[in-house]
Amino acid sequence: MSALSSVILLAQDADKETLPPVNYPAILPVLIILGAACVGVLLEAFLPKHQRWSAQVFLTLLSLVGAGIALAFYLTDAPATGEVTLSGTVSVDRPALFLWGTLLALSLGAVLMIADRSVEPGGAFVATAAIRPGTVQDREQRLGAHPNRRDAARFGMQTEVFPLTLFALGGMMVFCSANDLLTMFIALEVLSLPLYLMCGLARRRRLLSQESAVKYFLLGAFASAFFLYGLALLYGYAGSVKLEAIANAAAGSDRADTLLFGGMALLIVGLLFKGSVGPFHAWTPDVYQGAPTPITAFMAACTKVAAFGGIMRVLSVGLESTQWEWRGILWGVAIVSMIIGAVLGLTQTDIKRMIAYSSIAHAGFLLIGAIVLKPEGVSSTLFYLLAYGFTTVAAFGVISLVRDADGEATHLSQWAGLAKRSPLVAAVFTFLLLALAGIPLTSGFIGKFVVFQAALADGMAPLVVVALVASAIAAFFYLRVIVLMYFSEPAPDGPSVTVPGAFTTAAITLGVVITLLLGIVPAFALDWAGGGTFAIQ
Amino acid sequence: MTSTSGAALLVALLLIPLVGAIVVAFLRDNDKLAKQVALGVSLVEFVVAVISWISYDPSGARLQQAFSIDWIPAFGVHLAFGIDGIALVMIAVIALLVPIVIGAGWADKLPAERSAGGFWSLILLTQAITIGVFAATDVFLFYVLFEVMLIPMYFLIGSYGGARRQYAAVKFFLYSFLGGLIMLASAIGAYSLAAEELGSGSFDWATLVRVVSNAPLENQIWIFLGFFLAFAVKAPLVPLHTWLPDAAAEAPIGVAVIMIAVLDKVGTFGFLRYLLPMTPDASVELAPLVLVMGVAGVLYGALLATGQRDMKRFIAYVSIAHFGFMSIGIFAFSAQSEVGAVSYMLNHSISTGMLILVIGMVIARGGSSLIADYGGLAKITPALAGVFFVAGLASLSLPGTNSFISEFLVLIGSYGREPVYTILATVGMILAALYVLWLYQRVFHGPVRGNALVDVAGGPGTAIAPEVGARKAILDLSGREKLVLAPLLVLVVGIGIYPKPVLDVITPTVDATLSSVGISDGGN
Repeated sequence: MSALSSVILLAQDADKETLPPVNYPAILPVLIILGAACVGVLLEAFLPKHQRWSAQVFLTLLSLVGAGIALAFYLTDAPATGEVTLSGTVSVDRPALFLWGTLLALSLGAVLMIADRSVEPGGAFVATAAIRPGTVQDREQRLGAHPNRRDAARFGMQTEVFPLTLFALGGMMVFCSANDLLTMFIALEVLSLPLYLMCGLARRRRLLSQESAVKYFLLGAFASAFFLYGLALLYGYAGSVKLEAIANAAAGSDRADTLLFGGMALLIVGLLFKGSVGPFHAWTPDVYQGAPTPITAFMAACTKVAAFGGIMRVLSVGLESTQWEWRGILWGVAIVSMIIGAVLGLTQTDIKRMIAYSSIAHAGFLLIGAIVLKPEGVSSTLFYLLAYGFTTVAAFGVISLVRDADGEATHLSQWAGLAKRSPLVAAVFTFLLLALAGIPLTSGFIGKFVVFQAALADGMAPLVVVALVASAIAAFFYLRVIVLMYFSEPAPDGPSVTVPGAFTTAAITLGVVITLLLGIVPAFALDWAGGGTFAIQ
Repeated sequence: MTSTSGAALLVALLLIPLVGAIVVAFLRDNDKLAKQVALGVSLVEFVVAVISWISYDPSGARLQQAFSIDWIPAFGVHLAFGIDGIALVMIAVIALLVPIVIGAGWADKLPAERSAGGFWSLILLTQAITIGVFAATDVFLFYVLFEVMLIPMYFLIGSYGGARRQYAAVKFFLYSFLGGLIMLASAIGAYSLAAEELGSGSFDWATLVRVVSNAPLENQIWIFLGFFLAFAVKAPLVPLHTWLPDAAAEAPIGVAVIMIAVLDKVGTFGFLRYLLPMTPDASVELAPLVLVMGVAGVLYGALLATGQRDMKRFIAYVSIAHFGFMSIGIFAFSAQSEVGAVSYMLNHSISTGMLILVIGMVIARGGSSLIADYGGLAKITPALAGVFFVAGLASLSLPGTNSFISEFLVLIGSYGREPVYTILATVGMILAALYVLWLYQRVFHGPVRGNALVDVAGGPGTAIAPEVGARKAILDLSGREKLVLAPLLVLVVGIGIYPKPVLDVITPTVDATLSSVGISDGGN
């Protein structure tokens, strides 16, 4: 023990004399995203209002593509075992690179939806967040969005959304590559705070939107507190916040287990909250329903990826040696999550809430993969995240298209007979629902298959059986929507489907094509996901 | 990638309906052209199937016309197809039935706002996927197609079906989907066994048969149960049958033919292709379970068929009884019963397919599927009555019809090994005579009566007798209907008298299947 801490002290002494080397190529994607976010804030401050939207969209898309290119360049000669940099706080290994790539690609889809100004004229976001709901200005900003009024400069969207998205994305990328708990906590806050804000920025139904923001903020603050408390206890136990040091400390010592178990439990609760795993899911339906749909898409896809990236890293790097203590509990959590998601999903009447419960069920499936502490477990969960993310982004893209005079028509009864009015939209949404249900020839099936395969090989047959039953139950509520769209008569005053602009079309197409490709030729993505395991350094 | 010269035929069999489905789907605005193209495609497919049958060598390799392409190398998954005698027979049946169904549905009116292009496209898609299911030689691929098969069927029932179609479509889908998921768990289990045994996992059928059949009994039983559940839902065995009467009652006639005559055979096909070779020890161990379910199906199906008031539900229960017979034949493990069961799969498709079509023609005339709405129809439509009678006799396995030889082989083959179950099942034969003849009598004999016939004759208050009025309103079989029924009629009588060509094709495959179970009783 004392030897270990003196080594750490020595290392700190050495740091004072020579700056630690930073592997810039490795972290360039994160730097690009965070740098672009800072530039975005400056653009907000200095550009006139009517130029901001185009400048921000350009900057955001450019930074996403640039980060992707930087990632691809680094991948060509990245060491297979991964490497740590920034004094060992960030670990750039294969799973982290896969998660970064996934996050960048999913954000691209989400940003395209955020940028769209044709589905909801003027954009899905309020013109100025400070306008109080129900006032004259509020009515004006809503009417101002009418296509006949061309003063988009006055009534356009709050363009801070773009830098906020980039900050959240940067936080997510750091979160799933953080090699110590303190970095992870800071990343958690960096990703969460912008999301809390963005949830409250819907142009219509502002009270609902603001309510969701407050709920998300309060519950998220609790979860952060849990995480921080767990972090503190683990620091007390191991004398370090580094995941590897915690692993070493737990792997054979006579220290007080109370600190370890208490810290572990609190830490995991905080992480599960972000991944909207039941029973820590309570915020999910409300926030998914209230937030502007593009933000819901971003949150549902990217937050899930980041959260599970973090969960997997903590479990397999930091807590692997104590897996017999937490594994049984996470079995239970996974079962609860699947059952809550599948059963409560049956009772939903709002399509966004239904997808929220679906995401809770999916979180249960993902957790099954995450607790398989073997290479197959990691690669299958990574693949699942990729597949699920794209399907979800596209699904929310379609949801944003079905509208009536009051904005999005999210009540299920309004979707009746949609196939008669817009066969293409109904067909696309049916495909996405089948993917969520895990029907073969979609990415959802391959995702479920690889996760179940990994779990069965690791001796978790009972869990897999529960997961299969939950899949079948969940299939029922996806089918119900298909029944509504195809086999029911349309309501006379039902919603119409907005013809999407180029941005939303691109986002939906991206999601659908990837869902189909991953379902038919998954070999490439599977190889990539199986490229390596978490670096333990 | 391996390939043999005959692979091109199988590729054609798979691709023709698939491409046809896509083409027909684009003909949404022109119903007539859509029908014509669909019929043309299905006839070409039938010709290819005949060529495939001719070029199949019964004494040749176990799997012929085979080919294989890598699909997901990480899991040893291949796009691998090949046919044996049993698969060939089933592929031939669906290739025969699809053009017949298209012909039979030529004049059908679809529900408002539904296009014929969509309907026939889904039928062709179902045909392509079903052929894939029968021909797949990779277990993963089989599972994928097994589940995907549900989707066109779901839309066929849900979009084009009767009043309670939503309920029936969802019930059908969920039953099969849950069964399939549990089969997936078993398939992954088999894969894990192969991975332990061979170092790298594989879903190749032959590899899995080799590995799993040597696994301990306990492992085999778990794998058996997963696959069995999926197949028992498909070939509805009591008590997993409850989706079929609803689906059959709500589905349009053509869809009911495809579903009962072909899709449900995937279940019994799965028993033969997957359960017996992969899990022989478990199959022998758990055979009593299947036999009990089979006998229950025979008796329960027969009793409920007798009590049905709706002709389409009647057909569903008749089929449940027949699937009971097939299961008994398969799990009695004698060469005769096994050959009987496989030929029963073919003959049930022909005779039941014909019976459903004829019932559809009755319903098309009276506009009702309730038995009580008809009576004395033979006076008005003698030809229809005649064909109905032949189809009914084939269903009750009268000697001289095709089903007789199958049922006879099943019973005689099973008696030696399982006398109690066989005797119980024989009671089902007697009940079959009762329910078929009673149905025929109620619908066709006696004075012209029933709401359906009285309504078309001008309603109850009119002065003219229903017989006279109905004769004006209801016509006997049209030329098209005769043309559609003729091939089936020929097969019913032809196979009934000379079944050798069929038995020759299936016997070697059945022998190979039986020898993998470790039972060869020399066919006595």
